Amino acid sequence: MMDLSSISPILLLASIMAASTPILLAAIGELVVERAGVLNLGVEGMMITGAICGFAIAVNTGSPALGFLVAALGGAGLSLLFALLTQVALANQVASGLALTLFGLGLSALLGQGYVGIKPPPTPRLDIPVLGDIPFLGPVLFSHDLMVYLALALVTAVWAGLKYSRAGLVLRAVGENHDAAHALGYKVVRVRVLAIAFGGACAGLGGAYLSLVRVPQWTEGMTAGAGWIALALVVFASWKAGRVLLGAWLFGGVSVLQLNLQAAGVALPVEYLSMSPYLITILVLVIMSADRSRAPASLARIFHASQ
Amino acid sequence: MEKRPQPSRRWLYLSPLLAVVVTMLAGGALFAALGKNPVEAIATIFWEPLFGEFAFYYRPQLLVKGAPLVLIAIGLSLGFRAGVWNIGAEGQYIIGALAGAGVGLAFFPLDAWFIFPLMVIAGALGGLAWGMIPGLLKLRFGTNEILVSLMLVYVAEKLLAAMALGPMKNPEGMGFPGSRNLQQYPSAHNADLIADTGMHWGVVAALIAVIFAYILLGRHVLGYQIRLTGQAPRAARFAGVNPARLALFCLGISGALAGLAGMFEVSGPAGQVSIDFNVGYGFTAIIVAFLGRLHPFGIALAGLLMALTYIGGEIAQSNLGLPSAAIQMFQGMLLFFLLAVDLLTNYRLRLTPRPETA
Amino acid sequence: MTLKTILTGATVALGLAAGAVIPAQAQDDKTKVGFIYVGPIGDGGWTYEHNEGRLAVEEHFGDQVETVYQESVPEGADATRAITQMALNGADLIFTTSFGYMDATLAVAEKFPDVKFEHATGYKTAPNLSTYSARFYEGRAIQGHIAGKMTESNIVGYIASYPIPEVIRGINAAFIHARKANPEVEFKIIWAYTWFDPAKEADAATALIEQGADVILQHTDSTAPQAAAEKAGGVVTFGQASDMAEYKPFPRVSSIIDDWKPYYIARTQAVIDGTWESHQVWDGIGPGMVAIGEITDAVPAEVKQEALALKDAIASGEYHPFTGPLKKQDGSDWLAEGETADDGTLLGMDFYVEGLDADIPQ
Repeated sequence: MMDLSSISPILLLASIMAASTPILLAAIGELVVERAGVLNLGVEGMMITGAICGFAIAVNTGSPALGFLVAALGGAGLSLLFALLTQVALANQVASGLALTLFGLGLSALLGQGYVGIKPPPTPRLDIPVLGDIPFLGPVLFSHDLMVYLALALVTAVWAGLKYSRAGLVLRAVGENHDAAHALGYKVVRVRVLAIAFGGACAGLGGAYLSLVRVPQWTEGMTAGAGWIALALVVFASWKAGRVLLGAWLFGGVSVLQLNLQAAGVALPVEYLSMSPYLITILVLVIMSADRSRAPASLARIFHASQ
Repeated sequence: MEKRPQPSRRWLYLSPLLAVVVTMLAGGALFAALGKNPVEAIATIFWEPLFGEFAFYYRPQLLVKGAPLVLIAIGLSLGFRAGVWNIGAEGQYIIGALAGAGVGLAFFPLDAWFIFPLMVIAGALGGLAWGMIPGLLKLRFGTNEILVSLMLVYVAEKLLAAMALGPMKNPEGMGFPGSRNLQQYPSAHNADLIADTGMHWGVVAALIAVIFAYILLGRHVLGYQIRLTGQAPRAARFAGVNPARLALFCLGISGALAGLAGMFEVSGPAGQVSIDFNVGYGFTAIIVAFLGRLHPFGIALAGLLMALTYIGGEIAQSNLGLPSAAIQMFQGMLLFFLLAVDLLTNYRLRLTPRPETA
Repeated sequence: MTLKTILTGATVALGLAAGAVIPAQAQDDKTKVGFIYVGPIGDGGWTYEHNEGRLAVEEHFGDQVETVYQESVPEGADATRAITQMALNGADLIFTTSFGYMDATLAVAEKFPDVKFEHATGYKTAPNLSTYSARFYEGRAIQGHIAGKMTESNIVGYIASYPIPEVIRGINAAFIHARKANPEVEFKIIWAYTWFDPAKEADAATALIEQGADVILQHTDSTAPQAAAEKAGGVVTFGQASDMAEYKPFPRVSSIIDDWKPYYIARTQAVIDGTWESHQVWDGIGPGMVAIGEITDAVPAEVKQEALALKDAIASGEYHPFTGPLKKQDGSDWLAEGETADDGTLLGMDFYVEGLDADIPQ
């Protein structure tokens, strides 16, 4: 029973928009962190902390908006631990990030003990009048919840901010050569701490999108590796904001598509279909390899003013 | 605060102890907040596995748990020193296990001395091949090895599931997933070399890897090139180092060691290829590598310390009813403090204000 | 440490070293019951329900019994250690609650002949090792019936985890009874290839709904498919592992609940009484190991009646969900008229029944 016509492209695209939002949010935050020259591998830990903070607040107050706000604060709060370690205590960033993930997974599980089997208050879908009624584009683009648009706005803001604003210039200078930036009088540590907190807030929002909209429920370990995918997306995007969006849609798209192909009864072995999001990401990276954009030069290097 | 001209030897040894003490205080506070006796909990984690009533059982388990961590971390540390970011050791571990177990299962039920050595070779080659994929793609297309090695972890996981459910499924297993148990196939079993000591071939391999890495880094020109590339890539290039080839070497060797770890695990302590065979050694080993300051002996100690917190944490869970989440947090704290105290080794506090540099 | 414990420690050490058997250490008269969990208690599904069983044991026996547990224990060497550790610390009865613990449980059971072991969903036993499992497929049959009656698009979506006998059995049982209720019904099956990833379950449910399914059956534990159905509107779902009552009365119209409480209490009692014996138990709705959650009023009264009748017939043993005539997917005969499936075939089930239009991943 192979019936590809049962896959509706409109619904598929609309699903992809929603499915890619959590990793998009986390990835755009991590992109800013890495452009500042910091590698934070703790995205998974910050995401899941955001997921439970947002969930708990939304359940207790009945307000998803407040939930998202606190999720961002929770993610940022956890990321400050990482900032303390790497920017003040000058600890190794790779190991600190992994430790942060471990800590975040544990913390979220403890915080979430009383929240298993509860339904969160619904996050309303914005059915934008007129626009939502446009054939094809309406359902794909204009009938999502606010967070989908916020994520897109965030990507745009990060892109424009990095490219055109003075703050973006300083951030990139710090990431490319922290010693030169320091010599120019920029506060390297301050810039990096702010970037780390921004990354944490974004990861927290991404996690809350999972626990409040996409799933929506709280279970231990529910991010199930989304934070790692977000990290990979930043590399995939060659540290460019626009390409993060592309990567998130590609990854989310293949993930959703392979499930649709299964449901349509396509005669491909399931185990290979389930590998496809990862393999295709590698493949596209190889195809795009003509663009040799490289990582920020100071990425993961420790900065100390006396150096 | 200023950088020491030389890392302080005194603090090199003192700072980990300080970190452990601080972790005990912070962890104790956490356990107390959860309504448990903090002293008892801390003692359970650190004391029970080493000197408690059943230490005779736990001490060998430290080797069983620590060996794969050390073996993988040694391989990773070479790459990390050279600035090569293999974070896909988990995938290489899986493929090594699949290759090794595949060879063993193919010979079943033949009884022959050469099966186990062949499995060792297959395991190493499997890991090597999986580790070389990001290396070759980097060499040929300039793709980033962080992304490729990480994505290949997920591919390896799906392959593992497919193998456990399909080609490697035990034909006498009532249709359940999972391969034959290699522990019950003597020619393929990686048994304890001396019964109940935990000393299996993987532990021996980890020891050899530590010594080998120590000699390589200290005595061999390749070790010099690795260190130079990590510290000063441009200088390394002038010194005639081919960075791409060095990256390939590092990815290959770390893949091979991870593959070996997987092979020794599947043929010994784990016994069978199952859907959930991998338990995160490949990721934990990254922490172990940095905790050991990328030094072979440091890695050996760090691996054992991680193993201790795992085993002690399990005992605390079951004896005191601590949730596993609390143990995870505790491990995270221990790592935080261990990483933070490094500051004391490399920097010293000066009370006099230093002259403005800007 | 008293001299006595040092001595027992030493003898135990010698015993282990020699590979000999070890006496269980009964240090007080409290019966100690251990549980090894594969996931975190907070998974809201499989492990959560086993832990509910543990709590019921604590409540039922009070001071007579002490329970211990360890969460998120991986299979393999870690499981062996966790089980050994409980046995060493004086557990009298240990439940290992995942299929993957089978060989580890057997190995430890051989070393501790005085400790009783109970392994969930496996098939290897020993004089001190029982197995127990639940006939969840009985519940699937009832779900299948309701699904067949309630679907209007005649497309039922099924979210499966991995192609193992347990899951295949469930698909078959549901399909047979859906077809009986509605000969037009088709199943669309998605294999998630993961035990646990709520976001992927949400995607799978959405994909099925978008392709026309108006009933979703799930063999995964999260409520993500329920939420996806609620969002889509007009799609029927069933709770899995736990009741998922928060989605009552619609989309969740009924549920299969794992209820381990009676079994855990009974086996603990048997250890206390000294009447524990090794057995292989595969219980269903009748003895209460599989519970059918409330069928809500969203189900038409007539269908509800039929479903309840089916449940009673299965519970009393009057009806077996796999009763012939049944053919395998390839058209070959499986069960003759009136013949029922034997447990061996069901336990290792690796084929679809006739009418299912899909392939089992191999």
